[in-house]
Amino acid sequence: MSGTNSRLRALRAWFDDRVGILGEMERLGKKKRVPLHRHTIWYYLGGMTLFLFIVQVVTGVLLLFYYRPNAEGAYESIQFLMTDVHFGWLVRSIHHWAANLMIFTLFIHMFSVLLLRAYRAPREMTWFTGVVLLALGLTLGFTGYLLPWNELSYFATTVGTRIVGVVPWVGQFLLGVLRGGNDVTGATLTRFYALHTAVLPALVFLVLGLHVYLVQRHGMSVPPEVESEEKPPRSIPFLPDFALRDLVGWLAALAVLAALAAYFPAELGKKADPFASAPVGIKPEWYFMFMFQTLKYLPAYILGFEGEAVGILGFGLAGLLLFLVPVLDRPSVRGQRTRLFVWLGIAMIVYIVTLTIIGYAVSPKG
Amino acid sequence: MDGEEVRQAHGPRDGSQRDGASRREVVNWILGLGAGGVAAAVFYPIVRYIVPPEEAQSAANSVALSVKPEDVKSNSGQIFKFGNKPAILIRTPTGDLRAFTAVCTHLGCIVEYRADLSQIWCPCHNGHYNLQGINVSGPPPKPLTEYVVNVQGDRIVVSRGQAG
Repeated sequence: MSGTNSRLRALRAWFDDRVGILGEMERLGKKKRVPLHRHTIWYYLGGMTLFLFIVQVVTGVLLLFYYRPNAEGAYESIQFLMTDVHFGWLVRSIHHWAANLMIFTLFIHMFSVLLLRAYRAPREMTWFTGVVLLALGLTLGFTGYLLPWNELSYFATTVGTRIVGVVPWVGQFLLGVLRGGNDVTGATLTRFYALHTAVLPALVFLVLGLHVYLVQRHGMSVPPEVESEEKPPRSIPFLPDFALRDLVGWLAALAVLAALAAYFPAELGKKADPFASAPVGIKPEWYFMFMFQTLKYLPAYILGFEGEAVGILGFGLAGLLLFLVPVLDRPSVRGQRTRLFVWLGIAMIVYIVTLTIIGYAVSPKG
Repeated sequence: MDGEEVRQAHGPRDGSQRDGASRREVVNWILGLGAGGVAAAVFYPIVRYIVPPEEAQSAANSVALSVKPEDVKSNSGQIFKFGNKPAILIRTPTGDLRAFTAVCTHLGCIVEYRADLSQIWCPCHNGHYNLQGINVSGPPPKPLTEYVVNVQGDRIVVSRGQAG
């Protein structure tokens, strides 16, 4: 036992002398401290999202072993995967569930950062990269949804891309580029496949690398309320204390994923048929539901513009404002105590949650 | 606090240290078992997943060809599907119909019939088989498996089994 240990240590030392990455990471991890206070729980959400992203990369690469990216074979390859390949159902179901949980933790992570105002100087770039990662995550979800080429994903993509088409002036052009033609066809599938498996993951790696580097560089943000207390909060080292707690969370997440995959495996449905009527109850993924539901309420025309166009531009503007929060929240930057952006954040959460619930509660006929 | 007091506060030195060490060993063992369990639960499905599922073996023991016997010219060969594997049907210069697997025994290329040599030939590494399917020159290590050819009226039926 001790012989093995000393041999391992020797191997580690040999490696460190030549590469040095492990030693450097250990040094940084031990130097970094995580403050302990009543909001510390929110510090775990970023790491949790990162873990789920890693799960996505691993299961995504595994799915590539059997997936065929064309309209003739995509559905059949997933059918083969779900029925004949050992643990194929498990790999696909985990990919499905980890995607949903990742978007969920992404939202919670973002809102916790917003409400605790962790975007204040010098962490503006961390926030900007975070909002970009949210947008990339949502786009990954949208593009991945089409890949099984089933009825539901086909019509959801038709509706989703059609919405892009109503943007004034450039809409039709964007629609064509997105679909690879006028309609959702096999050309759209290969396009989405390229985006989902190559372009977007590459972008995520770049932006995520910058994001994690910035978190490392600036350390954990302490909320203003805690900062203004008399005593500075206690803190624990990132390595090993916080990392081990992170690990417990990750193990729990893995268990939850396995349970969800086993009890609620991802469905496949019917193969897409461009010449069949859309089935009743076409819904987007839950994280697009609030936008989908909002568009339903808009009248056909607002001030001479198509209602949908106004809605899309509205969401675009809201996204831009969200991106610019660190710039817009001047009082917080100046160190003044203002809760304006906290209330705006709460309003956003209430809006998203309410519209999502309505979207699921209201029957498709209503 | 002098040394004696410290020792009293922490109990007798040697005994407690051995207890602590063995307790740590037990905890390490449990942790190691847990980590091993998690690793096995993750990697076993991944390995099983990557290993392709068994293909259904072709149940075909014989196949009726679409070509008529009189259309197979002397000193010629053609590839046909036997189950999910390629096979070659040849008519020798003396007029016999024979069939072999078309997969070269060297590295699995598909062989062809060379009318100029009256031999079965593998173009990948210049392997030669004679009209009995026996490897006569080049790298192939074994003869081609021969199939049984029966002419039933105007049909050619090729089946597995020892050629008579």
